[in-house]
Amino acid sequence: MNGDAMTEIWVYLSAQPLLWLTLTLAVYILAIALHRRAGGHPAANPVLISVSILVALLLLTGTPYQRYFDGAQFVHFLLGPTTVALAIPLHSQLKRLVSMAGPLVIALMIGSLTAGLSAYAIGSLLGASAPTVASLAPKSVTTPIAMGIAERLGGLASLTAVFVILTGIFGAIFADGILKRVGVKDEASVGFALGLASHGIGTARAFQLSEQTGAFAALAMGLNGLFTAITLPWLLPLMAAIIR
Amino acid sequence: MIQAIALLLAFQLAGETLRVALHLPVPGPVIGMALLLVWLVLRGGPDDALRGTSGTLLQHLSLMFVPAGTGVMLHAGRLADEAWPIAVALVASTLLGLLATGLSLHFLTRHRSGSPR
Repeated sequence: MNGDAMTEIWVYLSAQPLLWLTLTLAVYILAIALHRRAGGHPAANPVLISVSILVALLLLTGTPYQRYFDGAQFVHFLLGPTTVALAIPLHSQLKRLVSMAGPLVIALMIGSLTAGLSAYAIGSLLGASAPTVASLAPKSVTTPIAMGIAERLGGLASLTAVFVILTGIFGAIFADGILKRVGVKDEASVGFALGLASHGIGTARAFQLSEQTGAFAALAMGLNGLFTAITLPWLLPLMAAIIR
Repeated sequence: MIQAIALLLAFQLAGETLRVALHLPVPGPVIGMALLLVWLVLRGGPDDALRGTSGTLLQHLSLMFVPAGTGVMLHAGRLADEAWPIAVALVASTLLGLLATGLSLHFLTRHRSGSPR
């Protein structure tokens, strides 16, 4: 096959959703294989590996993100029904969740306020711009809620999505190791902390640990989304007044 | 499998409808998750098809974040300009959030007669 024919095939395929949809799945399968090869080590995070490879491929081929997303949106869409499916592990752990309702609510309030307000305070004190700080504050919350909150605070929705993903990857990589170091090893506490601080990506990590851990993470993700959406929009102006 | 997917989508749709109708601050899928949980309690649990399909989807929850995550390339400029404050704020606040949540739940529940399993 000569170069012209190759170019022609590439020009045709690169304009089709099929190419980037297939590559997204193929890269993910590779990332899962690497994750297994690394013995399930959290640093071999499948989201981190997949995103790194795909960004490299897009930059090398000069493909704009929008064209990539035309194909990848079919995978992105599955996030909705998969979030609904979290009800199944929640249901199987329901008795235990209900029996711990009091401690769970207290841990939710402490953790949620700590994550949101500290992001805002540290960002402001280190001199980040106002839109950046407003986009940072809801970063522990699942993407669609975080984007909505950031817009109300004067942040940028798409930048918030990036912070949310980076936070998720960071938490998924380090959470269980750090919690173990301070003596927190029980499934409930590890799972709840993962879901609260690192939303869906933390929840994916929690399911790698056990179904019970995953159920607590899913609960924390949902509750923190709700709690942050209600509290952060009026707490942040208060915080801003104190810092200034 | 098709029935299970249709059921999940129907609950997501119900969630979206409620969100728009009542101006709720929570996304449709999260409301759908809560509605499905109520339905499972009333029904006494999922059937095998729903359990199987949900298990497969949840096993690959990581995959669903890849398309949005790849969007990081759009913000390379701002991330580089404000790399320091962003990195410190993101890492420190996530660690604080993790520790505050994990430690408080751990201490609030440690006196219980040993957690099951």
